[in-house]
Amino acid sequence: MTNQNSDRILDLSATAPEAIVSQSEVTWWRRLYELEWCRRLLVLVALAVLWEAYARWLDNSLLFPSFSETVAALVNGLKTGVLVDRILTSLGVLIFGYAVGLGIAVALAMVAMSSKLGRDLQTTLTAMFNPLPAIALLPVAMLWFGLGTGSLVFVLAHSVIWSFSLSIISGFDGVSPTLRMVGRNYGLRGVSYIWKILIPAAFPSLLTGLRLGWAFAWRTLIAAELVFGVSAGSGGLGWFIYENKNQLEIASVFAGLSSVIVIGLVVEYLVFRLIEAKTVRRWGVSV
Amino acid sequence: MELPLLQLNDVSLDYEDTSGNKRRRTTVVQGVSFGVSAAERCMLLGASGSGKSTLLKAIGGYIKPSHGSITLSGQPVLKPGPDRVMMFQEFDQLLPWRTVVGNVVFALEASGKAKGKDANDRARTAVAKVKLERVADQYPHQLSGGMKQRVALARALAMEPKILLMDEPFAALDALTRTQMQHELLELWDNHRFTLIFVTHSIKEALTVGSRVLVLSPHPGRLQADISCAPSKEELIHGLLFGNAATEAKAHD
Ligand SMILES: Nc1ncnc2c1ncn2[C@@H]1O[C@H](COP(=O)(O)OP(=O)(O)OP(=O)(O)O)[C@@H](O)[C@H]1O
Ligand SMILES: [Mg+2]
Repeated sequence: MTNQNSDRILDLSATAPEAIVSQSEVTWWRRLYELEWCRRLLVLVALAVLWEAYARWLDNSLLFPSFSETVAALVNGLKTGVLVDRILTSLGVLIFGYAVGLGIAVALAMVAMSSKLGRDLQTTLTAMFNPLPAIALLPVAMLWFGLGTGSLVFVLAHSVIWSFSLSIISGFDGVSPTLRMVGRNYGLRGVSYIWKILIPAAFPSLLTGLRLGWAFAWRTLIAAELVFGVSAGSGGLGWFIYENKNQLEIASVFAGLSSVIVIGLVVEYLVFRLIEAKTVRRWGVSV
Repeated sequence: MELPLLQLNDVSLDYEDTSGNKRRRTTVVQGVSFGVSAAERCMLLGASGSGKSTLLKAIGGYIKPSHGSITLSGQPVLKPGPDRVMMFQEFDQLLPWRTVVGNVVFALEASGKAKGKDANDRARTAVAKVKLERVADQYPHQLSGGMKQRVALARALAMEPKILLMDEPFAALDALTRTQMQHELLELWDNHRFTLIFVTHSIKEALTVGSRVLVLSPHPGRLQADISCAPSKEELIHGLLFGNAATEAKAHD
């Protein structure tokens, strides 16, 4: 039995439709509202207004300076260069300590991946030291390294090593067996195998580790600087906050705190988000 | 008589049981011997667990035989190498951090086959062969499953290996794409005459793609049958009439 009458085959190529676009008027504020940064900005402005209003109502700049006073202190600090100096000192120590921490973490991960005993060493050390807040080591660090950069680098490195070595190892462990076989199939061995297969494949995990380490290190540094921070007259941002609190320059204390926040955000958005967009997002691999 | 390209002599393959406190070895493949000549399309067929993948990995050089020998052009196979390119079922065989072309370039450069612009040109040619020019600069995660397998195929073919080792390459695809890929593979074979060892679960696939079917029995895997699939009468006459020109004509259909 033929069924020809009920079959229909449409020739779509003959009627290729133009893209159908439906338009409707959108008001300008509606369009702005759809932009994420616009909404964020709105929230920030609202918070600033609230802050200003509450501070004026409280009228006690020793307890709670207003938004405008804080901004003035911030601008003043930047203009005189004191705040800039403090920020640069902090960042210098931070980058140094972070780099030392990363280096040690890489070495530790290499030991862990070279043998079973090495793996046990890394696991045990990490289990012991990872829960220990870096700042708790500061008294010991001061005993060993004195009041100076050495102690700060020590606690910074501690705040980075354990979590980053864990990220390296879990990243490398997670590289799929198929991808490993592909790498060896095309003749990669040793360093080029690590460089061309393992590191890119483990990159999501490595990036997460770098990010986490940076966040730990930044918090640790500010906290540590609050405790002593000054060596030969050149303190960091934490010291700036502490110093101004002692001199009852509370607006400057707030200015210092704002700087801590802003630097944290800048690194997150300008460095890590950018790397993320250029790598794991583009590759479509989840973190 | 011409020596076969690949020769397996009484090959047995074990896995070590690391669970428990006693070391035990399980034999997965036992006493397998066969030879594969150039341009053959050799299908490995067998039940799940009969050691097809294990055997293919041994030919790839990833597993050492506990007994017997594997030789390629007379040389013993000791380690993985670019003269035997593997293609897997898993989509993650592509490097997610490289584009379609980048994946092929990677293979050419890592193996030292080509460099720089030369590698790039060859990669683009290979990508065109599997009809993926349109997505040549996209990343694997932007492709469908079938397209990903085509990239893997392009990467393997660009290497011009002595043997192409495929482990259920189309098993994760839907029936329609699968059939299409089988035909494209045959078309490519028509033009390039590579040597193929192809693992499959499907009798139909084995008969469609293969010029010869090896059947493995399970537990442990042993060679149960070696069946050559005669080319269809149409193919035969086509070949007689037009020789290799036939393939050209077919490609232009
Ligand atoms: N890495 C391994 N370690 C130990 N045993 C393994 C390993 N890989 C496979 N086996 C065992 O070897 C046997 C054969 O496995 P293999 O993967 O070669 O089978 P297969 O024929 O490819 O099966 P399938 O069709 O399901 O892919 C199985 O019994 C399996 O349990
Ligand atoms: Mg298998």
